[in-house]
Amino acid sequence: MNWLLSKVEELSGENLYACYQCGKCSAGCPMANEMDLLPNQVILLVIRGDESVVDAKTPWVCAQCYQCGVRCPKNVDITKIMEALRLIKLRKNIDHIKLEKVKKNLPQIALVSATRKYTG
Amino acid sequence: MQPVNILGDKMEIAYYPGCTLKTNAKEFEETAIKVFEKLGIKLKEINKWYCCGTVYSLATDNLMYRLAAIRNLIRAKEEGYDKLVTLCSICYNTLKQTNLMAREDEDAMYKINSFMDEEPDYDGSVEVIHPLQILNEMMDEVKAKVKKPLNKKYAAYYGCLLLRPKEVAIDEYENPSVMERLIEALGGSAVNFPLKNECCGSYNVACNKEAVIDANYRIITNARKNGAEAIVTSCPLCHFNLKEIQKEVKKAYPDFVGLPVYYFTEIMAMAFGVKK
Repeated sequence: MNWLLSKVEELSGENLYACYQCGKCSAGCPMANEMDLLPNQVILLVIRGDESVVDAKTPWVCAQCYQCGVRCPKNVDITKIMEALRLIKLRKNIDHIKLEKVKKNLPQIALVSATRKYTG
Repeated sequence: MQPVNILGDKMEIAYYPGCTLKTNAKEFEETAIKVFEKLGIKLKEINKWYCCGTVYSLATDNLMYRLAAIRNLIRAKEEGYDKLVTLCSICYNTLKQTNLMAREDEDAMYKINSFMDEEPDYDGSVEVIHPLQILNEMMDEVKAKVKKPLNKKYAAYYGCLLLRPKEVAIDEYENPSVMERLIEALGGSAVNFPLKNECCGSYNVACNKEAVIDANYRIITNARKNGAEAIVTSCPLCHFNLKEIQKEVKKAYPDFVGLPVYYFTEIMAMAFGVKK
């Protein structure tokens, strides 16, 4: 097993090999238009050990809405896989957001959630 | 009055506000307290509470981000409550998912309880409830309190976190109907709204606003095309993303026509004739 796959499985607790690439996650994803890789493609690249997936836009666009996970016929919770990919960077202290650039008029609910998802 | 099963024999319930209900979403809290009072239910704010951390942490090894939610549940229990209600969809989701973990994951709770040795051990015994679940059992009482029927067409927008993951869903997760029934009970009409459970883009608003602008355009346009004159929601972040950025949506999509956005308790207050 490649390091990327074992790390993602460890952090997410999900079995990526259960995915049979039906694409239902990507079909239902409300953020798919904004992504460079579709959610099912992310799974495939992680299985292949393609490290470029760690630098993709997709995990950061994921809004943790759980649509993919509830629709997956194989019960793979892709939401957790996206979190694992974010954490691989965040835990190396590579933040995705510069707090000084965040607009001040946002409600706390946006600031706290963005800080939780985009900083390590 | 019919007994409300979800509350048992109590007409007072512990209430957890969360951060945004005290600032941007004040109108949500104020109208909620008033309309529930009209229905004979007291939302009693717990004496001590902390931000729940908003989004639920999903990593198997990150229990740290669940401590705040556990502490809030302990506060409710300490004050003698076995149920806790919260208005914000994100708080609801995080408290509910954390509480499920407390019930099901003994290992995690062993670690959390030993880590927070200053707190009494927590076992998941408080039940987390969303007010729409209470209203779901009280539609007749709601109808009886209506003084000014709404007479408008509304799109009920649930977003994600009241419905997913399905273990925490307050209603049928792919096709919820409780808010539509509430709208009808208040004398309004609820339109068919296919995007009612599609995410608004959430925290993307902090650094990837274009994604939220696109989502806003899709969601509001879909509601309009189905005849809606306003949108109803229960989440302060959905409320912000759907309402506060409509000017920017108009810039990006010149054909965009906005809609007013209300919390479900605001339309209840209007129909009940409760002053803000």
